[in-house]
Amino acid sequence: MARDVITGDREVGGLTIHANSFSGRLLDPARDAGYADPPPRKGFFTDTSVCIGCKACEVACKEWNMVPEDGLDLLGMSYDNTGGLGADSWRAVAFIEQARPVGNQGSPFAGAATGASSDAMQQDVVAAATDVFEAAARLGTEVPGGQPLADVAAAQTTRGGGCGSGGGGGGCGSGAKAGPKPSGGCGSSAPAATAVQEGAFLGMPGMLAPAAVPDGEGRQDLRWLMMSNVCKHCTHAACLDVCPTGSLFRTEFGTVVVQEDICNGCGYCVSACPYGVIDKRESDGRAWKCTLCYDRLGEGQTPACAQACPTESIQFGDLDELRERAERRRQQLHDVGVTEARLYGEDPDDGVGGDGAFFLLLDEPEVYGLPPDPVVTTRELPSMYRHMLAAAGFMVVGVAAAAAAAAGRR
Amino acid sequence: MSPGNDAPAQATPRQPGQPDQPGQHVPGTDPVGGQAARMWDAGMGRREKGGGKGKGRGRKGDANAVVPEAEFSSYYGRAVLKPPVWTHEIAYYLFCGGVAAGTSMLAVVADARGDVEARRGLRVTSLAAVGASAYFLIADLGRPERFYNMLRVAKITSPMSVGTWILTAFGPLSGAAAVLEAAALLPERGLPGLARRVAPPLASAAGAGAAVTGPLLATYTAVLLADTAVPSWHEPFRELPFVFGGSALAAGAGAGLVLSPVAQSGPAARVAVIGAAAELVAAHRMESAHGVVSEPFHEGRPGKMLRAARALTVAGAVGAVVGRRSRLVSALAGAGLLTGSFLTRMAVFEAGVASTLDPKYVVRPQRERIAARETAGE
Repeated sequence: MARDVITGDREVGGLTIHANSFSGRLLDPARDAGYADPPPRKGFFTDTSVCIGCKACEVACKEWNMVPEDGLDLLGMSYDNTGGLGADSWRAVAFIEQARPVGNQGSPFAGAATGASSDAMQQDVVAAATDVFEAAARLGTEVPGGQPLADVAAAQTTRGGGCGSGGGGGGCGSGAKAGPKPSGGCGSSAPAATAVQEGAFLGMPGMLAPAAVPDGEGRQDLRWLMMSNVCKHCTHAACLDVCPTGSLFRTEFGTVVVQEDICNGCGYCVSACPYGVIDKRESDGRAWKCTLCYDRLGEGQTPACAQACPTESIQFGDLDELRERAERRRQQLHDVGVTEARLYGEDPDDGVGGDGAFFLLLDEPEVYGLPPDPVVTTRELPSMYRHMLAAAGFMVVGVAAAAAAAAGRR
Repeated sequence: MSPGNDAPAQATPRQPGQPDQPGQHVPGTDPVGGQAARMWDAGMGRREKGGGKGKGRGRKGDANAVVPEAEFSSYYGRAVLKPPVWTHEIAYYLFCGGVAAGTSMLAVVADARGDVEARRGLRVTSLAAVGASAYFLIADLGRPERFYNMLRVAKITSPMSVGTWILTAFGPLSGAAAVLEAAALLPERGLPGLARRVAPPLASAAGAGAAVTGPLLATYTAVLLADTAVPSWHEPFRELPFVFGGSALAAGAGAGLVLSPVAQSGPAARVAVIGAAAELVAAHRMESAHGVVSEPFHEGRPGKMLRAARALTVAGAVGAVVGRRSRLVSALAGAGLLTGSFLTRMAVFEAGVASTLDPKYVVRPQRERIAARETAGE
């Protein structure tokens, strides 16, 4: 590894790494920040394909880091009532409900015997983006296909069983008393024609898997996406670069941490973050965010969220190894037909030089509230300073010219 | 396809408990005690169709708009970025810093020309403005008592750190030039008399120093705003220093026009024209050259303020030239320029805040960037 004595630039495998560069590929941010012999860079790989939305990560993070309560709000949009990351939410699980088939299942109603259900029909439903919240508005009043509840109730009566009628919402919670039905709930995998009579999908997700009970006419697939969001610990961290007090710093693990005894709450980091992660805590005026459990890392322990995750959706480790593992997982998912699986933030050549905490997503990043192509704002900083100096020069020239003109008129 | 549209032809007559309209709640049909339904009726949780996937507007749009908004996805229409935690105090700070810079530069011209009244007014204004700007800057901190932590580092990557040091250099120089004006009150004999004679050259030196750092003070604030992820602050980063620099000149000249007698306001009138022209040209580019990110400069309060600022700045510059023989017209023109500069800063500040609240200002430009890259890569 050759190092230029004057510029500090390094030559690695034919690639020039600019010391203190504002953007671009940077192999080791900890070394770049001045650590002589740092440990391997640590990070998170959050595999959303196995996230079950249990929020254990949120709870573990709050408990370990003593993060205060962030408001007991019902946001009324999905099962996500945290709403996103903030000063008092360092992990936040996003829930997205979509009218799409789950993973590689394709079109589960394609082979149904009703005739009405076909791939074309399926596409119609998907294209129409059937709004489950709109359906919820008709809660307990009709079957989504337009069939009045009484019809279903009558059908069930003739069959001498089935799920509760008349206002029994929550995805047919009375399935257990149906006796002969599978314990998983009403008609969990039955063909559409019979499923309608067995259970009324009332628009409100209950204990069943979503859309396990297809409706008679307006058949819809439905899937949930869940993602535990967290600070990305960028290679080029704008929050750190713009911090005027040096409160934000790069740790030896390559992560980005706020020193709460230095932060004076100027709020610059809040506006600089391209992901909307860090925020000011109103009660104490300082900026807070995920530390990647810096205290636990120092003791060789796993961060609280990764430790608590029951499905290993949150994986902690050396970033190099995590990137390889993530690529293997992506390939594995593609091999079994989940072609929408993609990695987000793993590319060291992206706008922030790659994230220390990156993700495997099942849809476009913006669906999860992530920016599709974030760029560290300081990439343009040299140009900004040049324009600033040009404008300052213009002011001097302008005043000098005005003075000269005024002198001539005297 | 709304589920209700495909009702079977043999639909039975309306049943008790069935609503007249889709989306209407019927009491007694709610299994969870009616709370969810009450929330629904109150409009909570209601959103643009397809908000989850966000294929749609993802925000409240004009239902009667002829041109539909371009599609983009979002997480239930929620903002991607955090809105700035800065309050209007930062806009006041931008304005005061500009006034301090502009007046310090004009004070040097007045000093060189021997325009004593103009120089005195400009120097005192500069000190007052820089004092006010320091106050607003510190007051806007979450922990004002820790403002001195700004002075523990000097960081070129942080425009706020750079600005702190510019302010630290400018403040005392501007202050010294203003305070030394008081030497004229000293008696002419003895030791005070000596001080009285030494003060003017010292004040001139300090004033010159302030005039050198002043332009940096006026323009660094543009980098301060541009070096963020806020779309409407970051994208116009090339124009913003000229907007703020021009605005500072116009404001400084405005203060000069208000304070100086007509015989001494010649330079201020000319600076007013130059500053106003630079501000208007740069602001026009800022609000028109950046596609969707320019939009917040036209809409709502920031749009109104920017239009008012433009009118006042034009009127002020014209008044400064046309009314240069009238003290009253000059003072009115000066007031117009000051107000215009203030409104420009407020508009830029608020437009930036607005651009963080709607995810489209983040998602659409980034999507366009990706598309352009893919096109170029093919």
